[in-house]
Amino acid sequence: MSASPDPSEVARYVDEIAPLLGLPIPPECREAVARNLAGLFAAGALLGDFPVGDAETAPVFTP
Amino acid sequence: MAAGALAVAAEVRARRVTAREVTREALERIRVRDPRLGCFTAVLEDSAARDAEAVDAALARGGDPGPLAGVPFAVKNLFDVTGLATLAGSKINAGHPAATCDATVVARLRGAGAVLLGTLNMDEYAFGFTTENAHHGPTRNPHDPTRVAGGSSGGSAAAVAGGLVPLALGSDTNGSIRVPAALCGVYGLKPTYGRLSRAGAALFGISFDHVGPLASSVGDLAAAYDVMQGPDPADPVCAGREVEPCGPRLDEGTRGLRVAVADGHFATRGEPEVFAAVQSVADSLGTARRVTIPENDRARAAATIITSSEGASLHMEDLRSRPMDFDPMTRDRFLAGALVPVALYVRAQRFRTWYRARVREVFADVDVLLAPTTPFPAPRIGQDVIAVAGVEVPMRPMLGLYTQPLSFIGLPVISVPVAGPHPLPLGVQLVAAPWNEVALFRVAAALERDGVTAARIAP
Repeated sequence: MSASPDPSEVARYVDEIAPLLGLPIPPECREAVARNLAGLFAAGALLGDFPVGDAETAPVFTP
Repeated sequence: MAAGALAVAAEVRARRVTAREVTREALERIRVRDPRLGCFTAVLEDSAARDAEAVDAALARGGDPGPLAGVPFAVKNLFDVTGLATLAGSKINAGHPAATCDATVVARLRGAGAVLLGTLNMDEYAFGFTTENAHHGPTRNPHDPTRVAGGSSGGSAAAVAGGLVPLALGSDTNGSIRVPAALCGVYGLKPTYGRLSRAGAALFGISFDHVGPLASSVGDLAAAYDVMQGPDPADPVCAGREVEPCGPRLDEGTRGLRVAVADGHFATRGEPEVFAAVQSVADSLGTARRVTIPENDRARAAATIITSSEGASLHMEDLRSRPMDFDPMTRDRFLAGALVPVALYVRAQRFRTWYRARVREVFADVDVLLAPTTPFPAPRIGQDVIAVAGVEVPMRPMLGLYTQPLSFIGLPVISVPVAGPHPLPLGVQLVAAPWNEVALFRVAAALERDGVTAARIAP
């Protein structure tokens, strides 16, 4: 994802994905949740295709 | 006005005053002042009296109750305190069972003789910069009660600045010790990620959560930090490093330390007075050098994605079953965080690795960086937008503009309160490479000695 998604698309994403996660969004929260999620997607778009080389992020796990 | 922590300990240890008297007076100050400030969510009169009696009894039989003997302190209410449900600023957690032991850092302070007086207000689950808590009320700035104390450790900063306690504990994920320390005019330390144990502290953004002290002087800050250091098997994130005491190093001065001002991101989008504060610190330290850390807006974006995702995952069951019991200030952001795709989260973590490498390059020939703590002094309670450099922006996230990129990669930072004629306090961040807290303390002590910084404690 390299561009911010359309706000109406984000609202549709909330409507469709949240129930699948067992996360009912209260109707009075729907608009604000979509707005906040759009902000997070925009943050993701800012990272977009930014080249980070071979940055390794595996958590260090000691068995 | 309340005396500083080390000053109290010296008096108690010399038996010129009893810990019981100190505790009684501190509890009285809380009783009189706190209704106006809204710092405390629980006051522990009985256990404080018992702890103080134990300190006095140890001294009476020739024992050593510790370097913080009789020092009153209080902790953000996300730390476990035996006998209390750990609220973490929420209503939901009030129904949880009481903690059966203290958080490690609380236990270490009590073990050093400090007397715990109570727990302090915060943004719900630490997700905020203002401590405008819907359940427990806002914490008010002691220097102007119409203004926020900052957050999320707002109760901690205001309790110190309001003269209620000389020492408090907070936590910092994106700026939550440094922002309130700056807005209230006290010293706040966010140590290196992994330096202090988080065992028994309610977590928020597990990749960036830190705990640390707030105090009214550099000596007090170091004394508290020193007794909390050390490995802790109860916290897998806590590094296995031995204690590196900073208190004994405060008089070393700044000779040999390479100091520079952070340019670019850290020198734009703030009010002129915050940059003047940074300049006053730079002038005092005799540096005109400026260095630039790249890509700080992307660092903030990545930190926001990671914090929102990790925070939501910790509260998933409550978000599903009782969303309307969350604070309206956090609810919609947590729900949104629960819907972030994993690919976005991993991308943010990969960027974090890249950014850490760039910042390590900067610290190859710099020991201490200077940056503003916040872009403006304390805003009004309830204020949603603020004009910065002529542009209106949402107020609350802007408070983390200069703090968020630094905690993102776990750097140690002290926010120092700048002395001067400003009507409201301002803070400057002293930033070092990982594990170099001692450099921060040497600089902070020199600035305090030279009168460039000074805590502002309400009379």
